[in-house]
Amino acid sequence: MTHQLSNRISNRKQWAEQIAFWTFRILSFFVVSILIVILGFLIFNGIKAISWDFLTKMPEDGMTKGGIFPAIVGTLCLVLGSILFAFPIGVLSAVYIHEYTKDGWLKKILQQMTNNLAGIPSIVFGLFGMALFVNKLNFGDSILAGSLTLGLMVLPVIIRTTEEALKAVNDTFRHASIALGASKWETTSRVVLPIAFPNIITGMILSIGRVSGETAPILFTVAAYFLPQLPHSIFDQVMALPYHLYVIITSGTNIEESRPIAYGTALVLIVIVLIINLMANALRKFFGKKVKMT
Amino acid sequence: MNPKIETKVINLHYGSFHALKGISMTIYANTVTALIGPSGCGKSTYLRLFNRMNDLIDNIQISGQVLVDGEDIYARNVRVDDLRKKVGMVFQKPNPFPKTIYENVAYGLRVNGISDKKFIEERVVTSLQQAALWEEVKDKLKKSAFELSGGQQQRLCIARALAVKPSIVLMDEPASALDPISTAKIEELIYDLKNEYTIVIVTHNMQQAGRVSDHTAFFYMGSLIEFDTTKKIFTNPQNEQTQNYITGRFG
Repeated sequence: MTHQLSNRISNRKQWAEQIAFWTFRILSFFVVSILIVILGFLIFNGIKAISWDFLTKMPEDGMTKGGIFPAIVGTLCLVLGSILFAFPIGVLSAVYIHEYTKDGWLKKILQQMTNNLAGIPSIVFGLFGMALFVNKLNFGDSILAGSLTLGLMVLPVIIRTTEEALKAVNDTFRHASIALGASKWETTSRVVLPIAFPNIITGMILSIGRVSGETAPILFTVAAYFLPQLPHSIFDQVMALPYHLYVIITSGTNIEESRPIAYGTALVLIVIVLIINLMANALRKFFGKKVKMT
Repeated sequence: MNPKIETKVINLHYGSFHALKGISMTIYANTVTALIGPSGCGKSTYLRLFNRMNDLIDNIQISGQVLVDGEDIYARNVRVDDLRKKVGMVFQKPNPFPKTIYENVAYGLRVNGISDKKFIEERVVTSLQQAALWEEVKDKLKKSAFELSGGQQQRLCIARALAVKPSIVLMDEPASALDPISTAKIEELIYDLKNEYTIVIVTHNMQQAGRVSDHTAFFYMGSLIEFDTTKKIFTNPQNEQTQNYITGRFG
């Protein structure tokens, strides 16, 4: 009797185990399949538009023909500009929050504010960027204004991921360094940051993904509707891939005819983000090796 | 024997926890002093007074005096980094940096502003020799410290501490994470090092205290119960609690 009972329980347990396992498995496959479907859809529709000319020429005929070269360059400029601005500030803020402030109200406020910053809708950043950088500081619609706006938007991402990266560094390394007479800054810069760096790069990768895809923050700060030339300085306007996509889908001169270009543009955008991510991953591996953690 | 470290009526609180209760004791130059006692008795906390590592903990209060070479190290004008150059430390678990073997030993010199390559190289070699590690690593100085065994890593940490030429070396259960052979090597090393350094070692291992130390201090519940020569503590302790602990009746 008792034997039967324990058998039944173990059967039930196994059933529950199986159901849980398959639920998780199906759900995770589902997530991956969404990515594959999106990629497949874009490749299927966009590949016809892709050609050397498409990548290297200016748009022509009311953006129904020609290429998207200036938008590619514009997006790359914005990614570079915003990262140059946000990466150092974000990393150093995180260093201050994690390494220098003691647990207490100051740390709590800083962390909470960072979270709040992350919650601000991107269109609000766009509006703020326009008011501050474009008008008040008189940068005009420019790469500078757009990069700063995008940079502000991704600051919380960089700060939070850097904080996590610093948290993952074991305290024994800090203690060893301090016990040798190193100051806090020496400990942070020579021991903690090199160990944390590969994980900090993750924050950069996430930010690049967001920066290259956002439309709202650049709408009023930098993006040009149609500008068939390359920028000469950081005070020039540029076209950008996400905004270009929006334009040719909604307000081009001939929406039907420019459809293939829209898919092509989307494909290029995705591929650029993928390439930058791969490069950042290589960087991550490189620095991971450099700290000799084997 | 010259006094090297003197503590006078040290009281230490973590928040409301009274961790060290009025401890006065003298540690003599060029000797090995072992701090023993059951877990939580305050021996590690006491050790960390001497290089002010307790400062890193929030909410801590210390009263009394700690004199190193006759100077109050908790005085306001003391520069903590200078103190820590003079008082080196080896931790419980080997904690080399994720850098090369060479850079691990050179680290202390570099953060203390030394950039003369030749000088650094000499110090690295002598420190590794002093730590009895040179023969094992001389051909792989550019390899990661993480490729070494646990015992080698701990000797590397000792070399790292010696490189900045401290006069005192604090060891917080330096062999507790190591196998018996590595432990024996560390003990031999400690014995050799006392010619040049004053060593204070926290240990759980009574035999180890007996083997390596000249003086032994027995701590219990934040109080110093007995301090004497190791020989006397182990053969003829004056206090019953010490006797009970030494003979393994509790702890």
